[in-house]
Amino acid sequence: MIALLVRDLRLAFRAGGGFGLGLAFFLILVVLVPFSIGPQSALLASIAPGILWLGALLACLLSLDRLLALDFEDGTLDVLATAPLPLEAALAVKGLAHWITTGLPLVLAAPVLGVLLNLPAQGFGWLVVSLVLGTPALSMIGTFGAALTVGIKRGGLLMSLLVLPLYVPTLIFGAEAARRGAVGMAVETPLLLLAGISLGAIALLPFAAAAALRMTIR
Amino acid sequence: MALSLSDLAVARGGVPVLSGVSFTLDAGQALVIRGPNGSGKTTLLRTIAGLQPALSGSIEGADDTVAYAGHADGLKAMLSVAENLTFWAAVYGRRNIDAALAAYALAPLKDRLTGTLSAGQKRRAGLARLMVTGRPIWVLDEPTVSLDTHAVGLFADAVRAHLRAGGMALLATHIDLGLDADVLDVTPLLAQANTLHGASDEAFL
Repeated sequence: MIALLVRDLRLAFRAGGGFGLGLAFFLILVVLVPFSIGPQSALLASIAPGILWLGALLACLLSLDRLLALDFEDGTLDVLATAPLPLEAALAVKGLAHWITTGLPLVLAAPVLGVLLNLPAQGFGWLVVSLVLGTPALSMIGTFGAALTVGIKRGGLLMSLLVLPLYVPTLIFGAEAARRGAVGMAVETPLLLLAGISLGAIALLPFAAAAALRMTIR
Repeated sequence: MALSLSDLAVARGGVPVLSGVSFTLDAGQALVIRGPNGSGKTTLLRTIAGLQPALSGSIEGADDTVAYAGHADGLKAMLSVAENLTFWAAVYGRRNIDAALAAYALAPLKDRLTGTLSAGQKRRAGLARLMVTGRPIWVLDEPTVSLDTHAVGLFADAVRAHLRAGGMALLATHIDLGLDADVLDVTPLLAQANTLHGASDEAFL
């Protein structure tokens, strides 16, 4: 399992691995928002948590179609399916690798971009906390979506259509926690629900993704 | 330690392609599967490897003993040969890749990125992957594609060494490797499946 994680991380950092693509997308998206909305700082401050969450979610989505498609094309998934490592564990590790290469950089970049959107000072901490709790769910749900669509030629768009509705609860509670944090309200309830979604996704979705993948490679 | 198939039927995309496949492979034996294109050799091998379910019949002795090499090599273009093989060795809980590198004359290539290798060199790396798994049953689908005569010789030597060490090998191939192996021609088994299929169509019409 560690070997698989190390390999996925190494591939992501090598040329053409796609590391930084999601981050760059997030950066550009957030920079574009003041241009389209206008420079009123009060308005930007009130929409900042929602924009940052939506940007993180889309950036996460952007990198998902590479998650399994490349391994499917070169036969790695066939070999992994016959290896002693359970496919469930392999997919959980691939979800973790996706989170480390995509989710974690987004979490770290979000406070910097919060400055651009005039996010209130008290909101930074809660924004980071909500993203730390929420992005693992985005990666695991994405792994499941990638497993469902991996055998389809140009399945990236279909995967987006499948995955985006599944992202809705994570987005609602994540953005709500960040918004409440920014205006100084109590954040426990949305954060607990967000953590619940993430834990549920980590516990259950590797099994669903493995079942979907077994159907695809047969 | 034996691989034994009894009355196995396999399907591709829901259509039965082979039926009544039965054989037993003991330690140290190899079996070459022959048949025209599209006769279901790949489907049979994938079923034995556990990648797809059988229609009927049973496979014994294939649980966690099979190393499968299909048309794709399972190697990452952006990793070096040694990194690829070390990764697969680690997945199978092993470390040593030197024997595999030596068997396929890959030592001079081990630090090259796999993406920069020729098709035949890549294939050799893909076959070396079987050696690092340490599994007793090699299931090989067209293993000699894009290999030159010398590399085919290396491959045949590797299979012989594997058989001498008590391993087993199941190969779908069109060329003669000079192995001391039984041959299973799937054509009669295929004809049966097709006749059955055709008959039901005719009855339907």
